Amino acid sequence: MQMDTEQTPHMPEREALTTEQQIRRRTLKAFAWFGLASLLPVGIWKALTAKPIEQGVPKALRSILNANEGLANVFFSNQHLAPTFAVSKATKQVGINGMEGLRGAVDPATWQLQINQPGKSLTLTMADIKALPKYDLVFDFKCVEGWSQVQHWAGARLADLVAKYDLGTRTGQKPTDEADFYKHLGMETPDKGYYVGLDVASALHPQTLLAYEMNGEAITAPHGAPLRLLIPVKYGVKNLKRIGSITFADERPRDYWAERGYDYYLGL
Amino acid sequence: MKRIVDNKHPLAIRWFHWINFPVLSLMIWSGLLIYWAYDPYKITVGGYTLLSFFPDGFYKALGVPFRLAQGMSWHFAFMWLFTLNGILYVAYTFISGEWRYLLPKRNSFREAWQVILHDLGIRKAPLPVEKYNAAQRIAYSSIIVMGLGSLLTGLAIYKPTQLWWLTTLLGGYEMARLIHFALTIGYVLFFIIHIAQVVKAGWNNFRSMVAGFDVVDEKA
Repeated sequence: MQMDTEQTPHMPEREALTTEQQIRRRTLKAFAWFGLASLLPVGIWKALTAKPIEQGVPKALRSILNANEGLANVFFSNQHLAPTFAVSKATKQVGINGMEGLRGAVDPATWQLQINQPGKSLTLTMADIKALPKYDLVFDFKCVEGWSQVQHWAGARLADLVAKYDLGTRTGQKPTDEADFYKHLGMETPDKGYYVGLDVASALHPQTLLAYEMNGEAITAPHGAPLRLLIPVKYGVKNLKRIGSITFADERPRDYWAERGYDYYLGL
Repeated sequence: MKRIVDNKHPLAIRWFHWINFPVLSLMIWSGLLIYWAYDPYKITVGGYTLLSFFPDGFYKALGVPFRLAQGMSWHFAFMWLFTLNGILYVAYTFISGEWRYLLPKRNSFREAWQVILHDLGIRKAPLPVEKYNAAQRIAYSSIIVMGLGSLLTGLAIYKPTQLWWLTTLLGGYEMARLIHFALTIGYVLFFIIHIAQVVKAGWNNFRSMVAGFDVVDEKA
């Protein structure tokens, strides 16, 4: 700084002016950049809300949800179990949220479970299901809405059913590797009014039950009699009531709530 | 005489700060869409509801009802950006040494009272000159701890089966959701005070968060 040297008597003024100018210039420049940078979130918003809409969710956003699913699959393990509770902790007032797919009545005596996969189909009765080992499951059922409830169910493991009847593999034989299985499994109610799609790993999780008892008694109609799905690795909406059919496939089976803007995977 | 002080706020910190603003706003908005679907929280005193989260009029005014699916989509997309930005910010403050200005010191908790009294106009004596005063150090460090809390409680309710140990550690599914919600209310309160302080501190301070440089008055 030379502001008080005698050779430059006007410098103090000029120096002050220069600082002011500098401040002005740098401020303007910074705010111009700031304005420009704030177009970034606008652009991201536009990209994420851009058409086409894929089953109720913009395509870009849907692809992020699918990427999340891919990541979840990496960490998914049959060793990761939902915490279980003593039977005494289970509620007696089990919540009933959805009645989709439960139109009309179903007679448990004549009810049948239809199982399909390419080149193979099978019809099972309630007696066939009950012939499988029975498991109790007391766990914290979680609704996609956010509430949860400790509930007590009992039934057969879906994995046991699949193993007993050599289901779900592309070869139609016993699996030699996990990759032998079709990627997905779809379930539908008999009237096809409600349907869910599951990844096969979640379906074969050891806590995934085909349940026929609730609180030690036969499941009642509003809770999905005679047979319903209980799948603690998913939100409640995937726990289809009154199973009519199970279909194995590589492409994703249709899913009632995924068609209405929800994530397809909904894994917990 | 004015003098420009360069790099009051490093460029990286300004980016982290301003990225966090829209990202956190979006997380709070989408979180509200999710919370609406099951909104049991309220503050009651002796059976009388002091404050319910949230009244119908509040939801309606903000267009919240029946958008759970949309809220989840946005929330589970931007959680990545929120997390990444937070991790980079913390890493940067440690690598650059900025943490020295940000972490509370031994006497910060005592000094913070003086800052509050000063800011409320009760204590007239000037505060010690520091980049961040004691109250700021506590606030800016707490907000990071809160961010970590949101991340952990968020994971606990996002994957309560896969991460069952985390959910259990945080007091269970319902407790984790409550903490997740309470932290969000904390951000809103932080935001209100933050904005009030920024307004009070004036243009020069605000500009430094955008432009980086500070302007100080020096007696010739």
